[in-house]
This record gives sequence, structure tokens and C-alpha cells, in this order.
Amino acid sequence: MSTTQVRPARSPISRLITPRRTGPRRGSTLLRHLLWVAIAAVAVYFVSYGIDPFRNYQLATVAAYLCVTAGLTMLTGLNGQLSLGHGALMACGAYTVALAQNEFSDRGVLGAWALPVSLALGVLVAALAGALIGVCAARLRGPYLAGVTLAVALVVPAFTTRFAGLFNADQGLSVYVDPAPAALGQYFPPERWQAWIAIGAAMLSLLIVANLVNSRFGRAFKAVRDDEVAAKLAGIHVARTQVLAFVVSAGCAGLGGGVLAVISQSVSPSVFGLTLSLNLLLAIVLGGLGSLFGAAWGALLLVLLPYLTTEVTRGLSLSPGLANKLEGNLPLAIFGLTLIIVMLVAPGGIQDAFRALGRTIRRRF
Amino acid sequence: MERFVFLTFDGLSRGAVYAAFALALVLIWRAARVVNFAQGAMAVVTAYAAYMVSDAVGSYLVGFVVALVGGLLLGALVERGLMRFVGHANPLNDVIVALGLVLLLTAVVGIIFGGEFRAANQPFDTRAIEVGGVPLMSRYDLFIWGTVATIVVLLALLFTRTAVGLRMRAAAFAPEVSRLLGVNVGRMLTLGWALAAVVGAVAGVLILPTELGLHPHAMDIVFASSFAAAIVGGLDSPVGAVVGGIIVGLILSYVSGYLGAALTPVAVLAVLLAVLLLRPGGIFSGVRARTV
Repeated sequence: MSTTQVRPARSPISRLITPRRTGPRRGSTLLRHLLWVAIAAVAVYFVSYGIDPFRNYQLATVAAYLCVTAGLTMLTGLNGQLSLGHGALMACGAYTVALAQNEFSDRGVLGAWALPVSLALGVLVAALAGALIGVCAARLRGPYLAGVTLAVALVVPAFTTRFAGLFNADQGLSVYVDPAPAALGQYFPPERWQAWIAIGAAMLSLLIVANLVNSRFGRAFKAVRDDEVAAKLAGIHVARTQVLAFVVSAGCAGLGGGVLAVISQSVSPSVFGLTLSLNLLLAIVLGGLGSLFGAAWGALLLVLLPYLTTEVTRGLSLSPGLANKLEGNLPLAIFGLTLIIVMLVAPGGIQDAFRALGRTIRRRF
Repeated sequence: MERFVFLTFDGLSRGAVYAAFALALVLIWRAARVVNFAQGAMAVVTAYAAYMVSDAVGSYLVGFVVALVGGLLLGALVERGLMRFVGHANPLNDVIVALGLVLLLTAVVGIIFGGEFRAANQPFDTRAIEVGGVPLMSRYDLFIWGTVATIVVLLALLFTRTAVGLRMRAAAFAPEVSRLLGVNVGRMLTLGWALAAVVGAVAGVLILPTELGLHPHAMDIVFASSFAAAIVGGLDSPVGAVVGGIIVGLILSYVSGYLGAALTPVAVLAVLLAVLLLRPGGIFSGVRARTV
């Protein structure tokens, strides 16, 4: 008599319960991630001393974008909510930081604590806006959610023009930022200081997202993405989970926007238009949706691609008219083309391609 | 009161264009379950072609025909050369490829024609015809309404009265069964994209003269408004697209007339939220079977 072993079906839920790697991981997730942050901090410290101010500025911009892409890849990749409006959430953070910093400097109450307080306010305002959108988003699916977030992406110039007294319409605001602390020496370049601020913010947001993803909330995010009914049956409050994902992701976007305002020392609505929102989404897809390394690749591409194309066109010595037309357009054309090719050839993005490469190498040797 | 009447007629002709554009989105959604985010960019390409040709030839009609043929070719090309090869493991893939196409097309148009606004000539008098001393609408508005109404009637006839329309509906509804019954599903999909692109191209040619003119990003806000219209009506319903288009057109006209043009994006968002929070699938959404 044979007994047939009944194996549980590989439903989305059981995929979640079964760990991806065999064998339990030892130790605390938080400690492991903190160790990574410490290693990265040391590396960044030495790198920022080794490179010139312009590279430090680029590094800071990458870090600012990384804050946003980390949150967005969690929302879209792990929770399955498509957002085309994260540029507007960045604008929330950026304008809050600008207003707060200028208010502090007007009243002469500046100190080491002023910038963190402004950034925290920026995160708070963006998270509140994210909560509002998230509550609506929890009722919507697929293209309907895309439509609402697309409309969100377009409202930034409307607000800055309507409340021109506060936001100064299309010109935008300049942001007062303290110079680097005197303790760092007299000739400490401001770009290096900005890079430290930006990287600090990026590390914070990566740490929060990475821990959240590895917690029961992260598992709930994925369960809701894969099968809402099954998640509901497993006792997960679907709407609450979706709103939580949106709020955290919006907070990260607010932090990234605030840091961007600090780096560029100005905010204007044209920076936070639809193109930025779309670029953010495209960057996380190109990097590898749902992976934090993918978010890092995406942030890097957002800065490197325009820079490299400008360098190349400058090297070609074109006529001024043509160069003027290519400026700004060529990076977008290349970005679009890259995106289409990557989606057709390797839909998992850069990070997935690396993973596949790693698997192949391991199998060979 | 006079202002209200004027804004109503203005809203109706804007709404007619949004309705046509929304109809194009609904066509592709029903045929392929894809929201074609590249619709606006494709309409920009055909509009540039149309106005360049009509400037060179000196005839608006020739330009209009160029837009029709260009839309047909571009739509077929995008489906046959690109969208067909996108993997469907993740519904996001189609969206991303369409967004990539948006970046590529607008950038290429910008590289060829430059980023400045170009005038788009109107074939008809834009002065309003007065009835009883009240300015109502221009000849161009009448032209818009006539064209959109023709499109809607032709599409309705195509889908309800012809064999090709039946095949297209069958291919969208049950691809496997239709394939067994001898319908070339792939060709129907290409045809659906081509038709939608024609409708989008016509809508683009119609609305550009009433706005600021030709610009690589001229259709961005039109796309957003039309997408809102399609969603308000319900993406599965062609009737909903037309009704949604008229609603969105009227509201945008009143908002920009009474509160200022800068606020129209906020109005789009407000309309979307107001409708979707009451009916998350749009006004004309049917009852959907629950899938587990």
C-alpha cells in the first residue's frame, strides 16, 4: 500500500511562508542592516575625500534620488501599487524644506539642529500627502490608480502658481543652507558636506525600507500584491497595508525631495514635473523592480545618463543649433530606447541580469 | 450668463476632442488590456507630420489625410513592431514600454523640430457665430463636433454591423476560442491599435489649433484630461468614454473660465477623485465577477 504524500500547493501565501533561502538566518535583521550602513558610511567617507567637488555633487544627487527610488520600488515592486506621482510628493518635501529653512534663517535661529528639523518636516508633510493619496489609492486598481497618480503628478505647477505669494510661481524659491560646520576645517568644500548629508539621508531611508521589507509588514505587502483575497483570508487588513506602504514611500520621497532642495539650494516647479515622476518609475524598472539594489542602479542611471550624453555631444563639436536641440532631448531619447530594449530583452532589469549572471558563473565553476 | 453660455460651448468642443481621445484609449484597453500611455506622443508625431505637409502643400485637407494615414501606419507599427513582443508576466511591462515610447517619440520630435511652439493653422473662421446677439460657437467648433460625431458613428457601425468588427470583438473577448474558429487574433490586435491611433491622431489635429500650437509636449495635458475622461466613464465602456469626455471638457472649461487656467490640473484631479471614490471602476462600470 502506498501512501501518497500530500504536498501543499504553491499558492502565493505558501511562497511567502517558505523562506527563499534554505536555513534560517542568524541574528537580528536590524543589526545586519546597521552593519551594512556602517560599512557604507566608512566607504563614503573615504570616497568623498578622494573625488573632486563636482563628483561629490553628483554623488549627492544620486543619494537624493536613492531615497525616493528605495521607497518607490517598495510601493510598486513589493506592494503592487503603481505611482506616477512621486515627483509631486518630492515637491512636497522640497518646498517644505525650503520654507522651513528660510523661516529659520529669517528669525536667526540657526544651529546644527535646524536642517534635520526642516528635513523631518518635509518628510512629515510628504507622508501626510501620501496618506491622503494612499487612502484613495487603496480603493483603486491598475489603470484607475495610474490615472489618479498621473493627475497628482501634474498639479504641482497649479499650486505654485495659485499660491504664488508663498511658493513664488514658476521662479520658485532659493533655499538657505548653512555652510559646513567650522570644526571640519576652513577649506572644507560645501559639495562634500552636501554629499554627506545626502548619503546620510539615503542610508536612513534604505535602512527603514530594508527593515520594513524584512518584517511582517513586508510580507503583508507582498501577500497583498500577489493575491488580495488570499491575503484577506490570512488575516491581513488589505486597505491598511496599502495605505501604510504609500505613507512610507511618500515619506521617503519627501526626504529625497528635501535633500535635493538642499543640494541645489533652490526649488522650482519645473524640476518636479511629470518627466521626473515618470523617470523615477522608469529608473526603478530599469534597475530591477522590487529590489533595493535595483533602486540604487536606477538612481545612478538618473544622474549618469544625462551627464554622459552631454559629455558625448560636447565631444562631437556640433553646430550650436543642433547641439541646442540635442541638449535635454538626447538623454531622454536614449533613456526611452534603453528602457524599451531592456523591457524586451531582460524584463527583470539590471539587478535581475546580474543575478542570472551570478547563477551561471556559480553553475560553471 | 453670456459668459456661461460661451464657456459651455467651448467646453462642449473641448469635451468632444477629449471624448475622441478617450475613445482611442478605450479601444486599445478593450482589445489588448493595455492603457496606451504613448497615445499622446503618437498624436504629436502625426500632428507634426500633418501640419508640416499642409504648410508645404497649402491645403488643410491634405494634412488631415496625412494625419489619418500616419496614425494608421504608426498604430500598426507600434503594435506589430513593439507591443506584441512585450512579456505579459507583469501588467506593468506594457505601461513601462509605452512610457519609454513616450520619452523616445517626444525627444525625437524635439530633436528634429526644436522645442519652440509652432503655429497650427486653422482651416475655418474661429470668430464666434452670434445667435440673437449671444456669441455661441465658431465654425471650427462645428467642424470639431462634426468630425468627432462621424468618428463615433463609424466606430459604432464597424463594431456592431460588420464582420470585421465582430471578429475584433471576439478576438478581444475570447482570443483562444476565436483562434480555433479561424479568426486571425494577431491581425485583429494590429487593426485595433491602428484604428485607435487614427482616432487619437484626428483628436490631436483637432485640438492643437485651439491650444498654444505644436510643441513636443503639447499633448501631455490633453492626454491626462482624456485619460481622466476614460477613467471617469469606465475604461471598458465606449459610451462612458464619450460621456466622460464631455463631462471633463465642460468642467475644465468652467474652471479655466471662472477660476483661472492654472487650476485645470487640480480640477482634473478633483473630478477623478470625486467619481472614483464613489465608483472605483468609473461611472459605466458593470458588475464584475469576483475572481479568487
